[in-house]
Amino acid sequence: MSASEQAIRFEQVTKSFDGRRVIDGVSFDVPARTACCIMGRSGSGKSVTLKLLMGLLKPDEGKICVNDVGIETLDSAGMVQVRKTMGFLFQYSALFDSLSVADNVAFPLRRHTRMSETEIAASVRERLAEVGLESELDKMPLDLSGGMRKRVGLARALALKPSILLVDEPSSGLDPITTREIDKLLIDLKSSNKTTVVVVTHNVESARRIGDALIVLHEGRIIAQGTPRELDESKNDVVKQFMSSDLEVDHDIQG
Amino acid sequence: MHPGALLHSTSAILKGILAATMDGILQPASPGLMRAVLSEIGLLSAFAVRAVRAAFQRPFELSETVRQIYLAGWRSLPLVMTSGLAIGVVLSMHTRATMERFGAEALIPAALAIAMISETGPLMTGLLVSGRVGAGIGAELGGMRVTEQIDALESLAVDSFHYLAVTRIIACMIALPILTTVMNFSGLTGGFIAETAISNVSLQLYLHQAFAGIGFMDYALPTLKTVVFGFIIGTVSSYLGYTTTGGSEGIGRASTRSVVFSSMLLIVINVLLVRIILLVFSADAL
Repeated sequence: MSASEQAIRFEQVTKSFDGRRVIDGVSFDVPARTACCIMGRSGSGKSVTLKLLMGLLKPDEGKICVNDVGIETLDSAGMVQVRKTMGFLFQYSALFDSLSVADNVAFPLRRHTRMSETEIAASVRERLAEVGLESELDKMPLDLSGGMRKRVGLARALALKPSILLVDEPSSGLDPITTREIDKLLIDLKSSNKTTVVVVTHNVESARRIGDALIVLHEGRIIAQGTPRELDESKNDVVKQFMSSDLEVDHDIQG
Repeated sequence: MHPGALLHSTSAILKGILAATMDGILQPASPGLMRAVLSEIGLLSAFAVRAVRAAFQRPFELSETVRQIYLAGWRSLPLVMTSGLAIGVVLSMHTRATMERFGAEALIPAALAIAMISETGPLMTGLLVSGRVGAGIGAELGGMRVTEQIDALESLAVDSFHYLAVTRIIACMIALPILTTVMNFSGLTGGFIAETAISNVSLQLYLHQAFAGIGFMDYALPTLKTVVFGFIIGTVSSYLGYTTTGGSEGIGRASTRSVVFSSMLLIVINVLLVRIILLVFSADAL
């Protein structure tokens, strides 16, 4: 695959906080229009990887390319241009609590497009319909359930029709049914063949459903990467333990 | 007004504020306290310099700035007007009590106008806005930081520093002189109400006596001084909110410290500003 077909490229990226190395020489590629799931235990560096990708954190060492643009050296204005091509769904949605659902989704459209208010309203309705929340336009974020907030966050992240969508823990705090609904939205998005999806999750079941490729992070390093089938066959004890965790849960429930 | 009486009442107010202020910041001393304080001052100064530079760079965020002026200015009007009226009544009563001893009741409006316009109006407005707006900015930005809303702004390709901090600082700088003018006129209105109730003085005569000895610069310099107060309130509270850590406890801390530090800094800088005004504009300044 040529370089131009890689939506995301991590090269020997390192990041430390207070002298503790959270990301330690991590390298991986995500081909355009595919879905990649980054898995790992809590504190393994998954969310930091995502924030490095979005430019919310700067790496100590290494190179990060988004659509062939090296972002680690970009200034604020340059980063703004790159971010217009990306969407980010936060773990706890991070909706603007002073704005209604409609205004949250309309926010990036008002900022970055020349659309009229009528066109923005139509686009907002369309995005919210995609996540099944077209009837909640005027509600405030605090009046929504966790799952609904996540869906509004997804609608907002997709408002500018980004070529790359980053998702942080989509199933965190959600019941299994809502988790499956969010997963389905992400799978549909990937299937549309327009968007590259990178999902950080500790939910192996979700990762199997969504990911074309999986990456397992452990103590800031990649210990395995490949398709779900390849990881199932891994000899690494941590990977084996991780990949079988959803099966064990099923077994425990049935038993 | 007798200078001693004015000094006495002002110092009583300041003592109260300082007592509350010191109560909020003086924690048991630790070995690294001085280093922490100096570090915080350095970071705050860097934040202020960054804000000044950013204010002259795109994007200018005009609509958000106007919204913040509305929130900081218009919404503070009831507080400022009510306080101004009450302060005017109290100052008028104090002034009368002193002036009567010397048979100088005719000087009451002038003394009140000088006291309000030169010091009481600007300083009280600064402290009131510091309490209402400073605490609000600290809590709002602190809340946005801990709930990742600031990161969300960045992820939506918005320069959060411009959008959140610079707009609020400019709004405070614009709102303060306007609110100070409102405070001054409310104070004079309160003074008139108190005076006319006792001496039945007409509004025309009261205004004539009040403004007889006051020139444009006497009003302009102390009022423009509050632009600096606005910068202090906006910068300190934005800095503390923008850099909040530690969940809901952190938000509370940011809110409290916004009021404490901006009030303290405002009172100290006021001394410096008054000295500069007196030195540079000694012929015109009060």
